[in-house]
Amino acid sequence: MLFLAVTLFALGLIGLLTRRNLIFTLLCIEVMLNASGLAFVAGSYQWGRPDGQIMFLFILAMAAAEVSVALALFLQFHRGEPTLDSDHASEMRG
Amino acid sequence: MLIVFYMSAAVAVLATMVAITRRHAVHALLYLIVSLLAVAVVFYVIGAPFLAALELIIYAGAIMVLLLFVVMMLNIGENATEVEVMWLKPHVWAWPSGLATFLVIELIYAAVHAPSPGGAMHVVTPKELGVALFGPYAIGVELASLLLTSGLVGAYHLGRRASREGELYSAGTDGRRAVSSGDVVRAGSDRTSHAA
Repeated sequence: MLFLAVTLFALGLIGLLTRRNLIFTLLCIEVMLNASGLAFVAGSYQWGRPDGQIMFLFILAMAAAEVSVALALFLQFHRGEPTLDSDHASEMRG
Repeated sequence: MLIVFYMSAAVAVLATMVAITRRHAVHALLYLIVSLLAVAVVFYVIGAPFLAALELIIYAGAIMVLLLFVVMMLNIGENATEVEVMWLKPHVWAWPSGLATFLVIELIYAAVHAPSPGGAMHVVTPKELGVALFGPYAIGVELASLLLTSGLVGAYHLGRRASREGELYSAGTDGRRAVSSGDVVRAGSDRTSHAA
């Protein structure tokens, strides 16, 4: 179970490092969050207590908030410059 | 039960591996949804049925659909119809739906061969989860609600600013308006970072 979590986390990390599209970046972060949540649930299964599952609930809430803000940012970025390449996001204003 | 766990784990790893290598964002999202479904089956098997339902409803149902909507919004263009026709070809959705069907078969198998109560595995019921959540973890619930509220306000703020700037650009900008919109942008970024 931990092996599965580690594999999923590694896949998310590889995707995060190799892809330049912002949507794919967000997607890989989701994969990594999900893998860490799986590790928490595995711990909950190991000791038979609900604590790890509560941690997964918090991760779920955090992921929801993060995705909504990140998507609004992507829309904003796309409006200024019709691309989703994160290499183009190297300049800031203000 | 063990065989169900290993098979859904294999499906999860496979779908994730395919998802991060797709060129098209929508294909990747489809495969990622399959991966989340597989993880939900794993949760069900290791004694967290409530979390399996939450993973389906919130992760696959809400977050991924949100992502899908934004991808569709960003792809609006002249060739939108051609792109849609291309997405409806069988080779696009055949593999994700095949993997999902496999997961449904696994889930039915697991539900039929459910372990007898009082077995070795400890199934955490929603009641147990709720008692622990609002007992020792009540402060965490408050913090999560705070985080979600700030996320809501931040997303609303960013989206509203985007629409106002769009109106400005379409109406044709003069110098004063551009300056004032710059001020709005700066104030907004300050506020957002403060909320974060």
